[in-house]
Parts: sequence; C-alpha cells; structure tokens
Amino acid sequence: MFYREAGQFKTSYRTDQAIFPILQDKIGLVAVLIFAAVIVPAIASEYILTTILVPFLVFSLAAIGLNILTGYCGQLSLGTGGFMACGAFFAFKLTTAFPDVNIIIVFLLAGLGTALVGVFFGIPSLRIKGFYLAVATLAAQFFLLWVFNKFDWWHNYSPSGVIAAPPRAVFGDFYITGTEAAPWAKYIFLLAFVAALALLAKNLVRSRIGRTWMAIRDMDIAAEIIGIRPMFAKLSAFAVSSFFIGISGALWAFIYTGSVEALAFEITRSFQVLFMIILGGLGSILGSFLGAAFIVLLPIVLNIGLQSIDSSISVALISHVEFMIFGALIIFFLIVEPHGLARLWQIGKEKLRLWPFPY
Amino acid sequence: MEGTASEAQTVGPASASGAAARVSSEVLLSVENISLAFGGVKAISDVSFDIRKGEIRAIIGPNGAGKTSMLNVINGFYHPQQGVITYKGETRKQMRPHRAAKQGIARTFQNVALFRGMTTLDNIMTGRLLKMRSNILLQALYWGPNQREEIEHREFCERIIDFLEIQSIRKTQVGRLPYGLQKRVELARALAMEPELLLLDEPMAGMNVEEKEDMCRFVLDVNDEFGTTIALIEHDMGVVMDISDRVVVLDHGAKLADGTPDEIRNNQEVIDAYLGVAH
Amino acid sequence: MPQRRIAIWILAVPLVIAGLGLIFQGLAGAYPALYFTWGFFFEAMIGGLLQGVMYSLVALGFVLIFKASGIFNFAQGSLVLFAALTMVGFIEFGLHWILAAAITVAIMIAVAIAIERVVLRPMVNQAPIILFMATIGIFYFLDGFGQLIWGSDIKILNIGIPTDPQFFLEGVFEGGILINSFDMVAAAVGAVLVAVLAVFFHKTRIGRALRAVADDHQAALSVGIPLKTIWAIVWSVAGIVALVAGIMWGGKLGVQFSLALIAFKALPVLILGGFTSIPGAIVGGLIIGAGEQVAEVFLGPIIGGAIQDWFAYMLAMVFLLFRPQGLFGEKIIERV
Repeated sequence: MFYREAGQFKTSYRTDQAIFPILQDKIGLVAVLIFAAVIVPAIASEYILTTILVPFLVFSLAAIGLNILTGYCGQLSLGTGGFMACGAFFAFKLTTAFPDVNIIIVFLLAGLGTALVGVFFGIPSLRIKGFYLAVATLAAQFFLLWVFNKFDWWHNYSPSGVIAAPPRAVFGDFYITGTEAAPWAKYIFLLAFVAALALLAKNLVRSRIGRTWMAIRDMDIAAEIIGIRPMFAKLSAFAVSSFFIGISGALWAFIYTGSVEALAFEITRSFQVLFMIILGGLGSILGSFLGAAFIVLLPIVLNIGLQSIDSSISVALISHVEFMIFGALIIFFLIVEPHGLARLWQIGKEKLRLWPFPY
Repeated sequence: MEGTASEAQTVGPASASGAAARVSSEVLLSVENISLAFGGVKAISDVSFDIRKGEIRAIIGPNGAGKTSMLNVINGFYHPQQGVITYKGETRKQMRPHRAAKQGIARTFQNVALFRGMTTLDNIMTGRLLKMRSNILLQALYWGPNQREEIEHREFCERIIDFLEIQSIRKTQVGRLPYGLQKRVELARALAMEPELLLLDEPMAGMNVEEKEDMCRFVLDVNDEFGTTIALIEHDMGVVMDISDRVVVLDHGAKLADGTPDEIRNNQEVIDAYLGVAH
Repeated sequence: MPQRRIAIWILAVPLVIAGLGLIFQGLAGAYPALYFTWGFFFEAMIGGLLQGVMYSLVALGFVLIFKASGIFNFAQGSLVLFAALTMVGFIEFGLHWILAAAITVAIMIAVAIAIERVVLRPMVNQAPIILFMATIGIFYFLDGFGQLIWGSDIKILNIGIPTDPQFFLEGVFEGGILINSFDMVAAAVGAVLVAVLAVFFHKTRIGRALRAVADDHQAALSVGIPLKTIWAIVWSVAGIVALVAGIMWGGKLGVQFSLALIAFKALPVLILGGFTSIPGAIVGGLIIGAGEQVAEVFLGPIIGGAIQDWFAYMLAMVFLLFRPQGLFGEKIIERV
C-alpha cells in the first residue's frame, strides 16, 4: 500500500537510471542515513560502536571490493586477506614516513598501492579461470603474508613485533586513530568514508566498466565480439577491487584494532569476506552490506544465545558450533537462494509493493 | 512456407533495380583458400568466396559443412592454417575478435551468446562499449560527462529497441526470456555496434512462422535502411531464397556452389547434397 | 602417453636433479649460510618425495570427486580430519585399530550419502562455482562437527607404523642418507592405493560408469546410469581415501585441526598433475614435495626461511601460465 509506484512516471532517462528510482526508496535511504549519522552515535553504547558498527563498516568495504572482483566480474579470489594486509602495511609505512600527510590521503594512497599489487596477481587470470584462479590468488595470499611477516622493514624494525597504529586526526583535534580517538568519532568518520566509497563503487558498476565486468562474468568468450578486451576488463576488476580491499585493510588496522599485524589477515579472513558476499549476494553492493552485517552479528548472537542456554559453555565449544552453523548456513543459502540476502531483500520489496494484497 | 515464398519474391530484394541500388560491386570481405583443421579433423578445405558491400549473402549447407567455422574464422575465433582474409582492403592471415569488432564486424550465435545475468537494455548497451569514451574516474563520479554519454547511448539503444519491437522486455533479465526473444535481443546487441558487416548464425532457428517472418523483415530492414552488409547462415530454404542476393553452398568443408538463389536452386550438385527433390 | 614421451621424461628427471644439485653446490660456495653436500641433497630430495606422496594421498580424494562430478571438493581436508578423529576416537574406546578403521569406513560412507542427499542433490543444476562454495560450507560444518564430538585436543594416532630413521648408502655418502621408516611405509601405502584406484576405474563396471558421469551428466543419465548412486559411491571412495590419508598424516603430525589445512597443500599438487588425473596426483605430489623441501633447505637460508608457506603455490602458478591443464589433465577446449 505504501510501496506503490503508481503515479511515479519517469520522464527522462536520467531519472530512469537513478540508483533509487522509486521515491519510497529514496526516502528510506535518507531516513536510514540520518538515523545512522545523527541518532546512532547519540544512543549507541561504546560497546556497540566498537565491536559491531565499526567492524561492520570496515567489512562492508572489503565485501564491496571482493564483490566487484568475484560477484560482478566472476573472478574467484581467495587472496582478500593478503590484499588487506597490503593496505594496512602500505598505510603504516606511508604515515610513519610522512606523518604530516592527511590520513585520508594516506588511506587512498595505500589503496592505490594495493591496486597495483592486485593487478600483478591478477595477471594469471588472463590464462586461467575458476578454481585454478582461486589457487593463484591463494598464492598471493600466502606470499604476501610471508613478505609482511618476514621482513622487519615493514614493522619499522620494531623490537616487540607489535606495532600500534599511530594517532592521526582527520582535521584539527578530530582523532580517528590512536588512543585519543573516541568511538563515536571513528564511527562517524567510517560512516562518511565508507558511504562515499560505496557510492563510487555503485557508480562504477552501473557504468560502462561495470557492464564490461558483468559481460566477462557471464560469457567471456562472447564478450570479445563486442570489442571487450578480456585482459583490460579482468585487470581493471582486480585493480578496483584491490583498491577497496586495500583501504579496508588500512581501516581495519588503523581504526578497528589499532594495531598493524599480518596475523589479522590470514586465509580465514579471506574466507570470511567471501562468505559475506555469498550470503549477502554476489553482484550486489547492497548485498555486500547485508552480508557484512550478517557475519559480524552472527558470532555475537550465537555467543549470547548459547551462553543463555548454558552459561558455563566453553569458548571452544561455541566456536565449534559456530563453525557448524556457518557451514550449514552457507549450504542452506546456496540451495535456497544462491543470490543471497540481497535477492531476498528484493523479493521482500516486491511483496511489499503488493501488500496488503497477496498477488 | 511455399505460399509465402512465391509471395515474398515480389517484395524481396530480388527485384533487379532495388538490388542494383543497394548492392555495390565493391567487395567488403573476401576469404581466399581458407583451410581450417582441428587436430586431424578438417573443418574447412580451401574455400574462397567474397561478400559485396550492401548485399545479403547466405551460407548454406548440411550440418557439419563448416558454416559456423567459417563465420568463426571471419570473426577471429578460429585461426585458419591456410588462406587469407581481406576486409575493407586489408589482407590478413587471421582476425582477432575484438579487432573485428572495432572494424565494424558484429555477429550473433547459434546458441545465443547473451549475458544472462544482465537485462535486455544492459545487454544492448554493451554493444555500445566501443563507442563510449569516458574513463574510469569519470565513471566513478557518474554525474557529469559520463551520465551525458550514458544517456546519449541509451537513446541510441532505445531506437534499436523500438526498431525490433522489444520495448516490453527492456528491463527483464535475458536469462528469463523465451528463446525467440533472446535471439532478437542478440540481434539488437549486434546492431548497437553499428556494424558494417553483420554475421548471423541461424538467426531463425527454433522460431515459428510468425517469428521467422518478423526476423526476415528485420534483417531486410537493417540491410535496406542502414546499408549493412549481411552474411547469414540459415537452414530454411524459403528464407534463403527470399532474402539473399547471393548464396554460397558448403559441404564437408568444401565449397560446392556459389551464385544467385536461382542458380543454386537449379544446381544439380547442390540438389544432390542438400536441397533434395520435391516428391 | 606415447613411448617416446615416457623415455624423455625418464631421462630428463635425473638430469634435472643433477642440474639442481650443481646449482646449489655453486650457491653454497657463494653463501656461507648454505650448507651443501650431495648426501644432504639426496636426503632432502628423498624426504621431499616421500612428503610429496603424503600430499598425493590427499590430492587423490580431490581427483576422485572432480573426475566423477566436476565438483572441486573443498571439504576433502575436513573429510581427512573427520576420518582421523573418528578413528582415533574409537581406538581410545579400546578397539583394535583395524576394527576402528572398519567402523570409520562405515561412518565415512554414511557421511558421503548424507552429503549427496542434503547438499548435492538439491544443487544439481547450479554453476560449478556455487557448488564449490557449497563444499566450503561442508568443510566448515564437518570441521565443527568433528571437533564437537571428539574434542579439539591433539590426539596421537599410533597403529604401529615404525617411525625410526634408517640410514642408507652409508658407504657412498658420508653418514649415509637418512630416511624415515614412516615415510617409506606411507609411500608404499600410497602406491598400493593408487594401483587399487587405477584398477577400480579402468577395469570395473562401476569405474566405467564413473568415467561416463564425469564426462557428461546428462548423457550418463540418458543411458540409465543412476547419477545419485554414482555420486554416493564416489564420495564414499573419497571418504575412504580420506581415511587413509588421515591415518598417515595423523600418525605423522597428530590428529588436530590443522590437518584440515593440509588440503591447501593439495591444491598445487592438483594444478601440477591435472585435476582429473590419478597418476597426475602422484607425479604432482612428488614434484611439489621434492621441490618444496629442496627449496626450503637450499634456497630458504638465502631468501629468509619459511619458504614452504608459498613455494608450492608459486610453482603451481608458474605452471598454470604455461600449461593450464596440468601435466596429465585434459586440455580445456572452449567452443563457441
């Protein structure tokens, strides 16, 4: 009843091609953004900000990055952790070498550096596909992590081996990293930053380059007949994807955990992000957010749930059950709705358009 | 199809004066002494023919004759072991698919090579890829020059959509469309490339009479209005005799005959190998 | 493979080994951190080869499933872990290891049938990448499930395989070449397993049906081959292979979570050998195992150590660039 499009006519291609063509969607989005930007920091506890919302935003960015490569362009990648590590360590080296450069610039430069690395490891995709490519990206994952672990130069020769992200402010006293940064400051910064980057990503996927990626995904042999050069398309997907993933790695280290360590970016991280985009929806920016939210919330919900059943339950047991539920959920989703939460969301909206009528 | 065949003869391109205006004597594409083999299997043996600018050239023959392979050679998917391809004056030993696309060769496939995850409109828009100029930064920022370009190309695609009468399915995911409509969308995508040479591989396969007539009409209109040269593989003899200017017949990889539809119809070898006799 | 090809290979292998030895000998002259004697070299090589056989045991499970259903079974590693855990569990109950193994086999077959019914059957028409991700789901599930039931402490799996080191050729090389008995037993087991599987695939009726299914599901169905039964059989065989691998690896490293990660090492083996080839899994395993060991011992001190983390992958990747289908795999032809 509320969600009808009746009366909303598109009179130009411009309005037809908007990201949210339905008026109710636009209103909804603005409402959500206002809620997120104004109300949440006021009412949310520090716990929620630091353990749920901050990682949610960081993961969303990583998920967007991987979705571009795997969801839109169809190139399976298990190297996400390695690329996140690139972003984190590049940012660290840059900001310690040039402490006066604004941290946003540092993040963006770290992203660009990771993009170059991504292009390099994407070269095998020109000859190999599918799982074979997954193996090549595994090579990237293991190799990159070895590089960052092995060579002390990356840690600035720190004796303890644990490097804290140096405190940095976006402007004036608005610190977002380091011990002086307030949780709400981190959250607001991330909200703005990730939203802006998500917008860039959405623009890319609905433009020419996005269509090129999808063409490669759907039928890369046929893509050549329209003049697409598979090499450029695949490498550009690796580059853009690594750009986003690299920034997310830098954000992870600097804003979320506060420490720059390769341990945070092991193969399990790669799988985690992959699950986010599978569950959230391959080839959907919204899906990246939904998947990230799901994966961030699931362990917490599980923890609380299991603790409430039996408060003496051991941590190891919880983690085993978590694994099982993860696995079962993946299988369930792939059987029931291979297009993930984003598709469920779409179906929900379609039902809403008909509501209160059944069909 | 007999009735429609004789009927269509008067309106088809076989009318002499119409053909002379539309078809020039200039050769757009010629293949000479093409031989193609896969391992031990010879797909094409020493085939030569040409296609004149503005004409509709049919390639016919029994299954396995090498027709699709021939199109693949022209297109660049297969590289012949021998022979040369001359297109727009340039002679080459082999083509490359995206270079063929750049030079104005578009094609459709027997098995509909559409991008199933994308909508009809998006599929057709992919045909405009080569004409789009904005770089990645402009695209990331979307609004501005990129959006103007998108809208400009959208307008072009909408004209093609009107032309092929597929307005109602423009936002539908192509994977969900029935076969006949998919073929039309594939044609639309090929047209979006503004090709000089259009290669159609069995564009009417699997269609009923009405759909075939529609498709014939579209092919003729494309040739008439835009002057696009068309090479077409087709099994329906009624269609072939109706709309083509010249026909080349392949059998077991070799050229059996080459000439106007009338010449082919009366060629004994072709009758023996392929056409058969009416009982 | 034609006779001439085999002859070339047989000649090339000792030449390559000798060449490598000479290169390392030269490097040892330049880098004091590097220690080289020919005896040491052969020791590293043989140790690596035997290690490679162990990799092959895991890789075989992948090949089986990929051959028969085109699915890349990421869960193979967790099948290994689960099988090993189950077997150890029963041994700890006091059963003799042969009995424990028999019961575990039955359980693995049950697991296989469950997987086929719950996961594979509903997903029959999905794209390979979706199926692959479903196997990742199975991986997580089995992992958690196995450890939930049997606990996550490291367990010792001892079925009496000798583990003492043996020395060979003491006359030729100073101190002799050290080879672990356990590794030799593993190699023997591997050889037997491969022989059994080869016979199974090529000589039996079921083997033929498996090969038909691997080639084309639809065609196999249309000649009356029961797809579901075949898949259940394949996964069961893969489960048994996983058990053998689990016994070997578990005996060597102890049965613990990291066993599941051995699967990651099997991937480069598969790349090298080809995803659909049983002899490929062996040859690939040998090359990866030997390559990794030799690189770690002789290149590691120069570059920085712990190379084995990624060396296998790099080797596989280089291979992929030149021969995407692997040494023995089928050439992938894409038709338009």
